[in-house]
Amino acid sequence: MSALKTDQRVPEDENMTGDSPTSPPPSNRSGNEALREMSNPHRGRAIKDLIARIAMWVSFFVAMVPLAWILWTVVSKGIHLLLSATWWTGNQRNINSSDVGGGARHAIEGTLMMAGVTALIAVPIGILTAVYLVEYGRGGLARAISFMVDILSGVPSIVAALFIYAVWVTTFGLDRSGFAAALALVLLMIPVIVRSTEEMLKLVPNELREAAYALGVPKWVTIVKIVLRTAFSGIVTGVLLGLARIMGETAPLLILAPYTKNFQHDLFNGNFPTLPMMINQDRGDFALASAAARMWGTALTLILLVLLLNIIGRVIAHFGSVKK
Amino acid sequence: MAKRIDVSDLNVYYGAFKAVEGVSMTVEPRSVTAFIGPSGCGKSTFLRTLNRMHEVIPGGRVEGKVMLDDQDLYAPSMDPVMVRRTIGMVFQRPNPFPTMSIYDNVAAGLRLNGVRNKKTLDGIVEQSLKGANLWNEVKDRLSKPGAGLSGGQQQRLCIARAIAVQPQVLLMDEPCSALDPISTLAIEDLINELKSDYTIVIVTHNMQQAARVSDRTAFFNLKATGEPGRLIEIDETTKIFNNPNEQSTEDYISGRFG
Repeated sequence: MSALKTDQRVPEDENMTGDSPTSPPPSNRSGNEALREMSNPHRGRAIKDLIARIAMWVSFFVAMVPLAWILWTVVSKGIHLLLSATWWTGNQRNINSSDVGGGARHAIEGTLMMAGVTALIAVPIGILTAVYLVEYGRGGLARAISFMVDILSGVPSIVAALFIYAVWVTTFGLDRSGFAAALALVLLMIPVIVRSTEEMLKLVPNELREAAYALGVPKWVTIVKIVLRTAFSGIVTGVLLGLARIMGETAPLLILAPYTKNFQHDLFNGNFPTLPMMINQDRGDFALASAAARMWGTALTLILLVLLLNIIGRVIAHFGSVKK
Repeated sequence: MAKRIDVSDLNVYYGAFKAVEGVSMTVEPRSVTAFIGPSGCGKSTFLRTLNRMHEVIPGGRVEGKVMLDDQDLYAPSMDPVMVRRTIGMVFQRPNPFPTMSIYDNVAAGLRLNGVRNKKTLDGIVEQSLKGANLWNEVKDRLSKPGAGLSGGQQQRLCIARAIAVQPQVLLMDEPCSALDPISTLAIEDLINELKSDYTIVIVTHNMQQAARVSDRTAFFNLKATGEPGRLIEIDETTKIFNNPNEQSTEDYISGRFG
């Protein structure tokens, strides 16, 4: 019993000697011997702790290296293009790969428009699906939907794009367009939104739902005003992650939305400019310094755009978050 | 304002499991009725059937009758949402809405049911907070988050929120079990004041609390784990604590089991 007591004390009182008032020294050993024995398990833990710390820091740096490297490459090779005003106002009309100059505004606007339309379709579907799964779904149908969402989240983007191509172009005989690409992006965005919203709704304590029911508040009002409201900032974060994912998606654009160097705001007719496709365009002439620089500049623009969206989302989430 | 509850031969089920069996009792208006009994004996479950809150849990259903004066709470035409507007509830853990201010919490029941008039809301919020003995502590910070209050204040905020919708009956499910003794005392004083206007039913694990606050006490028990809980007896609190009819009640009260 006394051995157990002294053992428990080791971490908080390393210099304890055997003559502490609460635990008399074992009669057949000196205090020093007892101390040495006690500190052994502690030393073992300290070594394990050190190993774990080293492993953690090494993993951290290994993970950081590619991130820093990519950022450095993109920023150092692309920043000079972004510093000119034309980059933010102009397009690439009549500018060949070997020419310098021109802007990326057409692609920025195109990417934002396409992401906006995608979100407009995918966010309501995704959130309502999550609400069904968490608040209403019981039994077979809910399990089937949940399984479908899992499958959908594993669908490669090129398969989603080919599916839309088969429906939009082959079956309905419509032309490839920005909107068709947006539909493929919807398929990719829905599972991200469903899963993240679902997790956030599950985090809302049941007590809050019960509190609302006990006030005579109907279930749907409880969901809209209490549950979704409480989970709001988490849902916004999920939407942003979904947006970030689809804004850089390229396969659906390659198949469904051919690139144009002009301004184009019509999602239903003709080619459509986007940042990933602009990168792809210049990648073809990578040997030319002008095209390579433009490619890095476009990549940096895309990264900044996603970053900007994230910051906006954080601000919205901050002001709508649970008050402490 | 307060109404009488008459329960006859009530069985409560969760799916196939019978949680409570054969309860008949009358809850008198303008009085405090306490439910005591060991854990798992179905007193909270039974309490939740009185405002149809048990239906929120999948598979929850009842057999038997619950009458609020002359209204059958389980009549097919009865809307559970309307039942809960008439019979309010306070829970074990204080659960103010975390996104809302103190004012919004108290106004929540009215607002979510469509009351928009600022003057009406102001009046009811003040009256409810005064009714819950919280007004003086929070009147200068009504726009601050409700979750920032202490546990005892949060529970009184929840009581204010419950009485703001002007119910006939107030059900309290161990309202003090998460609170310190001083906050508990504040809530008990409040219960004493509220009983002049409301019919109050309180579940408690604290027998001294039952003895202090209630006029009538009901003792629930179960034969064994897995068996349904039953009402052993209900009587004047002084009778239950001094001279109960049943041996098991006396054993429980005197601490010989449970």
